[in-house]
Amino acid sequence: MTDELTREATFAVKTGMAEMLRGGVIMDVVDAEQAKIAEAAGASAVMALERVPSDIRRDGGVARMSAPEMIRGIQESVTIPVMAKARIGHFAEAQVLEALEVDYVDESEVLTPADEVNHIDKWDFKVPFVCGATNLGEALRRIGEGAAMIRSKGEAGTGDVVEAVRHIRQIRGDIKKLTVLDESELAAAAKELRAPLEIVREVALSGSLPVVLFVAGGIATPADAALMMQLGAEGVFVGSGIFKSSDPEKRAAAVVEATTHFADPERVLAASEGLGAAMDSLESRKLDESELLAGRGW
Amino acid sequence: MAIGFRGVGVLALQGGYNAHIKKLRAMGALIREVRTPGDLANIDGLVLPGGESTTMGLGIDREGLGRPLREFITSGKPVLATCAGTILLDDAHMGLLDVSCDRNAYGASTHSFEAEFSVRGVEGGDFRGLFIRAAKISRVGPRVEVLAKVEDVPVAVRSGNVTALTFHPELTNDDRIHRAFYESIPLGHRSEEPAASPLSERPRFRALPN
Repeated sequence: MTDELTREATFAVKTGMAEMLRGGVIMDVVDAEQAKIAEAAGASAVMALERVPSDIRRDGGVARMSAPEMIRGIQESVTIPVMAKARIGHFAEAQVLEALEVDYVDESEVLTPADEVNHIDKWDFKVPFVCGATNLGEALRRIGEGAAMIRSKGEAGTGDVVEAVRHIRQIRGDIKKLTVLDESELAAAAKELRAPLEIVREVALSGSLPVVLFVAGGIATPADAALMMQLGAEGVFVGSGIFKSSDPEKRAAAVVEATTHFADPERVLAASEGLGAAMDSLESRKLDESELLAGRGW
Repeated sequence: MAIGFRGVGVLALQGGYNAHIKKLRAMGALIREVRTPGDLANIDGLVLPGGESTTMGLGIDREGLGRPLREFITSGKPVLATCAGTILLDDAHMGLLDVSCDRNAYGASTHSFEAEFSVRGVEGGDFRGLFIRAAKISRVGPRVEVLAKVEDVPVAVRSGNVTALTFHPELTNDDRIHRAFYESIPLGHRSEEPAASPLSERPRFRALPN
C-alpha cells in the first residue's frame, strides 16, 4: 500500500525493524524443520542458509546464496522474520532475495565474496540489510551504504568466541573515543575511520551506532551470549552453535534465556545446565590466514 | 523525599523496549525493565513494546508472567501496548483487549511503511506512524474506542486503562503519545528508583593492604 500519505521501506522503517529484534537471538537454519525448532525455542528471527558456517569451512568451494525453494520452505514454516545471506557485492543475489520477500538480507562474509572492491548499494533496495563489521569505521561505511543493522563479524563456524569479543570491544571502544572529541577532531576522526562525517558526528553525539548492533561469529554457549550482551551487544546471532550441538532444542532455548537474563548469573547458570556437548570447535588462532572469514570485505 | 515519582515497567523480554525506555526516562519516569514476575512490584504504569509476538509469548510462558501481567492490566493502571504488545492483549492471546488482530497483515518487511494520520485526543496535527511487519486490527469490540485509522483500518484503540497501537510512536521524535500515557499515570509514592540493574553499579575494590 503506497499513496501520497504512505511511504514504504523508509530508512526509519528498516532500522525500526531491527529494533524489534533487539534482545533476541537470530539462529542459522538450513531447513523448515530446524526453523520450527528455532521458533519454538524463542528465536526472534531465523537466518536461512544452505550450510551452516562450520560446514562451509569443512566443505570448501564457493558458498553462494541459498536456493529460493529452500528459503521459501522456511518462510512458509514460521511466523518470525526470515533473513537470508547474499555474497558481498552480489547485488543480483540481493535482488532475488528482495523479490522473494525475505525480511532482511545479510551481506555476509560467510559466503564467498562476489566483489572484492564494492559492497552492495543498499539504499537501492526496499529490503533492509544487515552487514558485518570488525571495527567502527567498517560499521559506519556499511551504514553509509544503507545498512540498517550491524553485526560484529567474529569468526563464523569456529565456536571460538575470541574474535567476536575482539570485534564488539573494538566497535564499542571506537565509539567511546568519539564521544570526547570536538568538531575539528571529529573531522580528523572521520578521515581516520574512512567513514562519512555526518554519521561520525551522530555517533559522537549519541554514544551509540545509529542502528542496532548485534554480535556474531563463534557464539556456542549461554555464557557466550551473556558475555556478548554484557559487552554491549544488543542481540546475538548464533550460527553453527545451535544445530551442530548434541541437543539443539535445549541449547537454542538456553541461549535465548541467557540473552534475556544476561545480567543475572543465576539465570545464566540455570540455562547452562544439562545441555550436552557444544559444537565441535576450531581455535581461531590456529586457522591459516586464508581460512579466516572476518577479513572479507572492508 | 518520598513522593512524586512515576515508576513505569517496560516488558523487556525481547523487542523494542529500549526506545520506549529512552522516551519515558526523558520525561522523568523511573524505569524498571520487566523480565520476571517480581519486576512488576511497585510500578504505576506498564508498556508492552513491539517485537516478535511469538518470541515474547514464549518468554511470558517461560517466566510465568501470564497471570501477574493479567493482574496488573486488570488492576486499572495505565498500559501502553505497541505492535506485538497489542497482539499479546487481543482475543486470541491474553484476551484483555476486545479486538482481533491479523498478524503481519501488510506483508513482509519490504511492505513496512510510514503513514500520517490524526489520533483522537492528540493535539497538534497529524502523527507520523511507523508500521513494521504490522498487524491489522480486524475486529473492534463494542466497548473499544478507535482513536486512529489508516485506510479504514484501526491503528490505535483505547479500552479503559489500555491504549493499544499497531504502529511505533517510540521510534519517531514525536513525544505526544508517550506524554499523554505518562501523564495519565498517577504519581507513585516511593523514595528510590524501583530497579537497579546489577550492571549499573561500578564495582568497588578494597584498598590494597600496605
